[in-house]
Amino acid sequence: MAKMKGATVVDIERCKGCGLCIVACPLNVLALTTKNVNQKGYNYAQTVLEDTCTGCASCAIVCPDGCITVYRKKEE
Amino acid sequence: MAEKEITLMKGNEAIAHAAIRCGCDGYFGYPITPQSEVLETLAAEKPWETTGMVVLQAESEVASINMVYGGAATGKRVMTSSSSPGISLMQEGISYMAGAELPALIVNVSRGGPGLGTIQPSQADYFQTVKGGGHGDYRLITLAPASVQEMADFVDLAFELAFRYRNPAMILSDGAIGQMMEKVVLPPFKPRRTTEEIAKECPWATTGRIGMRKPNIITSLELRSEEMEQNNLRIQAKYKVIEEKEVRYEEYMTEDAEYLIVAFGSAARIAKKVIAIAREEGIKVGLLRPITLWPFPSKKIGELGRKVKGILSLEINAGQMVEDIRLAVECNVPVKWYGRLGGIIPEPEEVVNEIKKMTL
Amino acid sequence: MTKEEIIQKENLVYRKPELLNDVPMHYCPGCSHGVVHKLVAEVIEEMGMADKTIAISPVGCAVFAYKYIDVDWQEAAHGRAPALASAVKRLWPDRLVFTYQGDGDLACIGTAETIHALNRGENITIIFINNAIYGMTGGQMAPTTLLGMKTVTCPYGRDPKLHGYPLKIADIAAQLEGTCYVTRQSVEKVPAILKAKKAIRKAFEYSMQGKGSSLVEIVSTCNTNWRMTPDKANKWMEENMVPFYPLGDLKDKG
Repeated sequence: MAKMKGATVVDIERCKGCGLCIVACPLNVLALTTKNVNQKGYNYAQTVLEDTCTGCASCAIVCPDGCITVYRKKEE
Repeated sequence: MAEKEITLMKGNEAIAHAAIRCGCDGYFGYPITPQSEVLETLAAEKPWETTGMVVLQAESEVASINMVYGGAATGKRVMTSSSSPGISLMQEGISYMAGAELPALIVNVSRGGPGLGTIQPSQADYFQTVKGGGHGDYRLITLAPASVQEMADFVDLAFELAFRYRNPAMILSDGAIGQMMEKVVLPPFKPRRTTEEIAKECPWATTGRIGMRKPNIITSLELRSEEMEQNNLRIQAKYKVIEEKEVRYEEYMTEDAEYLIVAFGSAARIAKKVIAIAREEGIKVGLLRPITLWPFPSKKIGELGRKVKGILSLEINAGQMVEDIRLAVECNVPVKWYGRLGGIIPEPEEVVNEIKKMTL
Repeated sequence: MTKEEIIQKENLVYRKPELLNDVPMHYCPGCSHGVVHKLVAEVIEEMGMADKTIAISPVGCAVFAYKYIDVDWQEAAHGRAPALASAVKRLWPDRLVFTYQGDGDLACIGTAETIHALNRGENITIIFINNAIYGMTGGQMAPTTLLGMKTVTCPYGRDPKLHGYPLKIADIAAQLEGTCYVTRQSVEKVPAILKAKKAIRKAFEYSMQGKGSSLVEIVSTCNTNWRMTPDKANKWMEENMVPFYPLGDLKDKG
């Protein structure tokens, strides 16, 4: 089976840093920022293990604020 | 029933027939004496098979008025009817409709209170109707019929006014007018509006996003005080226009009157008999009958107040309209009250005696 | 393969539905409302009903639901949403009509409207967010608050002698002849969310097919008033709410 490569795009201004995406990700791809905050003052989710993401979209499905978009491509 | 045919029916029945005929889309109500014939007549007439009008017996007056809120929010011509205790339960919904600027018709066939009171007629809901009733700065367009014919005629008029100003309208009747049988010519049939007509007349209505227009939202909520003040000011400006344009009243033998009775609804019928007796005895009495209780015919009463020696407010309540009359005449003339309470209708002779006292 | 190569339109697998607009939601971080809003928007979009939906929002945290999902909305008085919906659906039978209500709105002040609308078999769907607490007003006891659970109006825990028992409104709804579909779902994990979405879709379809009333209860969290992190609230819900409010279909007359 061809390996799937995924990528997530977080709308950081909508993100409230609830962390549910981080719990939902089976591969620990995401983490909350520790220093940076968005305009509302929240630490926001960001991709920390870019190459590991398979684009399963678990993070986006559980996101209560709809701020994660997921792409997925078969590795050539 | 052929058009223009004269028929004999109760005031409550006339409301129901008029609703079907004036293109009403829905009635939502709960039984209560003395107005249950409105729902009973509609149930018997089955308008859902003819005009398509929805008729639903709700689980309470609270549900009824909120069904009316929902229906009105979609631009439909919807109504409810009840009597005093039921109308008290509806006040929250009426306030919400005034706040969300929704047109609808509420009929109050009032009875004596306070509390469970009596099932006999009364006009003791005047304050509740014209001074607010529910919470917030709002007004209710109020029509007071004095005959079965007016019960029939005011249904369409109330809807017209409600839609013109996007404001709930009330027909404030009482158990006497609701229960009495009189001859009536029912209004001609008017078709219910099509979806296209509703969308055109009510571009604000929550009909679903026809043609994927922008979403419509019906709400009375606004947490930003500056915005909420603007909403209130807009509504107050609308009320001002209604006060200027929509005052309705009947004048009866006022031209040479030295004494004036101000009375609405069934009290005005008694007043006419009082005038006949008084005039036979040489006392020139006239009547000003407010047809709209809000807007109140203050200007007209003010004018008449400058011509007469005294005004008697004849009401089947403890004198709730007196303060409005006094404000209208600006203390230029004495304003007395006469009425009976507890569901008793005053006899004309009692009222004549009151007028005689005023002449002393 | 670079990230830029993956982030291409043709590779899109998930994004928030278009009907859920870009207005930032007022809900607390991690609130279940957001997930349910997303599901409702997805289902309306997938059913192609955006131009034919009339939704009713409650009083409670979801009072502003109308700001986020781009359909026509009516904002109801506290508890009265099912009355509004009943009238709207009868007056507009070809429209998708649903209410979105919390436990205080639906199972306390609006119990009469809820039960009678369901029992009349109105062709509407009631989406019921049960987080066992009053969120908007600051964490007071709800009709669905669990025994022993602490809120600001039962600070020593809900005691049946003082406060009565938690109300299982879905169980009541399932007994009513007018309901065609009563289900209890949750949205704390991906599989649960996918199931909840299917339930909402089924309820909406039944409404449009004229099968009667549907109640979709979503056992939810209120991490703020539960005084927990969003993740901990989800776990607490699974351990404490779900045993009392078991998930699954209570009735499906399909």
